[in-house]
Amino acid sequence: MSDNLVEIRDLKKHFPVTKGLIFQETIGLVKAVDGVSYAIGAGETVGLVGESGCGKTTTMKMILMLEKPTSGSIIFRGQDIQGLAGKDLKAYRKGVQAVFQDPYSSLNPRMRVGDIIAEPLAVNEAFSRAQLKERVQALLSLVGLRPGAADLFPHEFSGGQRQRIAIARSLSLNPSLIILDEPVSALDVSIRAQIMNLLQDLQEQFSVSYLLIAHDLAAVLHLSTTIAVMYLGKIVELATSEQLRTQPLHPYAQALFSAALPSHPDEQREEIIITGEIPSPLNPPSGCRFHPRCPFAKPVCSEVEPVLKQVETGHQVACHLFTDTD
Amino acid sequence: MAQPVLELKQLQTYFFSAQGTRIVKAVDGVSFTLNEGGTLGIVGESGSGKTVTSMSILRLLPPAARIVGGEIWFQGENLLTKSEAEMRDLRGSQLTMILQDPMMSLNPLFTIGEQIAEPLRIHRRMRGTGLLERIKELLRGVRIPSPEVRLREYPHQMSGGMRQRIVGAIGISCEPRLLIADEPTTSLDVTIQAQYLNLLKDIQKQSRLAMIFITHNIGIVAKMCDDVGVMYAGKLVERAPVRTIFNQPAHPYTEALLHAVPSLTDRSPRLWSIEGQPPDLANPPAGCPFNPRCPKAEDRCRREVPPEFQVGENHYTRCWLWEGR
Repeated sequence: MSDNLVEIRDLKKHFPVTKGLIFQETIGLVKAVDGVSYAIGAGETVGLVGESGCGKTTTMKMILMLEKPTSGSIIFRGQDIQGLAGKDLKAYRKGVQAVFQDPYSSLNPRMRVGDIIAEPLAVNEAFSRAQLKERVQALLSLVGLRPGAADLFPHEFSGGQRQRIAIARSLSLNPSLIILDEPVSALDVSIRAQIMNLLQDLQEQFSVSYLLIAHDLAAVLHLSTTIAVMYLGKIVELATSEQLRTQPLHPYAQALFSAALPSHPDEQREEIIITGEIPSPLNPPSGCRFHPRCPFAKPVCSEVEPVLKQVETGHQVACHLFTDTD
Repeated sequence: MAQPVLELKQLQTYFFSAQGTRIVKAVDGVSFTLNEGGTLGIVGESGSGKTVTSMSILRLLPPAARIVGGEIWFQGENLLTKSEAEMRDLRGSQLTMILQDPMMSLNPLFTIGEQIAEPLRIHRRMRGTGLLERIKELLRGVRIPSPEVRLREYPHQMSGGMRQRIVGAIGISCEPRLLIADEPTTSLDVTIQAQYLNLLKDIQKQSRLAMIFITHNIGIVAKMCDDVGVMYAGKLVERAPVRTIFNQPAHPYTEALLHAVPSLTDRSPRLWSIEGQPPDLANPPAGCPFNPRCPKAEDRCRREVPPEFQVGENHYTRCWLWEGR
């Protein structure tokens, strides 16, 4: 499909594990991301959920060009980003922005808020000083901060306000994709709702796409249109948020639902508490990577690696329970 | 009738600046009762005084903080009249605590076995094989596989979930009557969090342990607690049994908190948000501390601090809306 803003095809990132200082030899590979494909449509939110070590962050870094993929490609508006150079590369970097988890470390404490928001503009656009100031004021009001905020330093703001500043900065270049890496998990509960509502409003207004990375399933379901559930470097289930909410298929996705905390003390949920911990990605289990923890594992699961199969439109799952055993 | 294990009466813990000119009322008139085998959840945002409350119970406050009023009754004794030596005997044996980050609460230079042994040696004077057996039993109790091997290992050799379970094992080693868990699962992954919470429930059932859960997560309260206290700006603005809190929240802050969290079942496109920021306790607003953010605030809320009103059975709130109802 060509109306996708970003297409990720069979993306892999393997980190070598080396031994020795001078005569380095590779003794193993950490397959942080191992063959991941999905697409982000214009104005859409794709959520990546999974626990630590599942490869969410590495995927994000590759899209931001902070890590080079081992193989696979990232197609942005029909062009592979690895082939970009010069003007095209600059345009890509302008078009893809990020908001990080911790607004205490993502804002430079020595810069005034106005300068933080103006920096991407000053670097990329030939704006006069007056134009810059005007644009900063417009961005501040967009994220619900007073115009006076431009003259203050980050430490003068609370966590939620800082996250608004980070969002204003990410919006300054009118990007088409914003990567949100755990945008609300460092914030207080009452502030989270404010920021999540703000993100939704901004998306409606600018039809910007979001790639949302989070471990809080409820928040991802709330914000996303499509969700990819990741486990140890692989997508185990890819579905619309509605499909996943009503019918999670992969045992790991079901376990995530069952492990999510109830919203009411009387809420009854099927208990699929999976045992054990996430195995090391250095030595992932053979076959299906989830099989040692899976309550429904069959003999085939430890031998053959399942691939993503479509079960209904827009709903794919990588699990032997759903492959037609011939 | 269940016996109260812990009773707080109008506890006030204030922080004083060096010159004594500025006072921050971190905990201001907190009262609650916790029965044997019961679980109390204290929910609130950062800076609401949850942690200072628990540190006051343990009397482990930083030098700038002082308990200026109120009483803390633990098993029929007022902890505020105890000497430092008597407190030391209680802490780690009768009265224990689990902190948020297990990497901070375990010493990286000692093996797991030595760290579990410490409270048993000090409080129970256990030695030799008896001690070793007890350590293995505790490790098995928190579902650590092959305890004989694990007790010789160091904290860095374990995953986050295992470390937190070991902290739990240390916490229950001397069979305490009260366990305070301060955000015990915040640093854990969701599936590990579910395992850990179920483990704590099992432990509690076996030993009729009373627990206080300090958390900002409404979901943990729904899953774990019998009673809830909602803290805002140093005050318990509402306390009630858990179902009452979820079904009939009385305080506007509680109501807003419940609606501000996305749920797996709710499909409403927008969340309720509480506008504004939590107040600065060094400079609190006049009247009810929630009034600048409260959609139902009236003139009186901006002038006078609301006292605690009874709403129903075991249900109290600090909100003028409930006066005389």
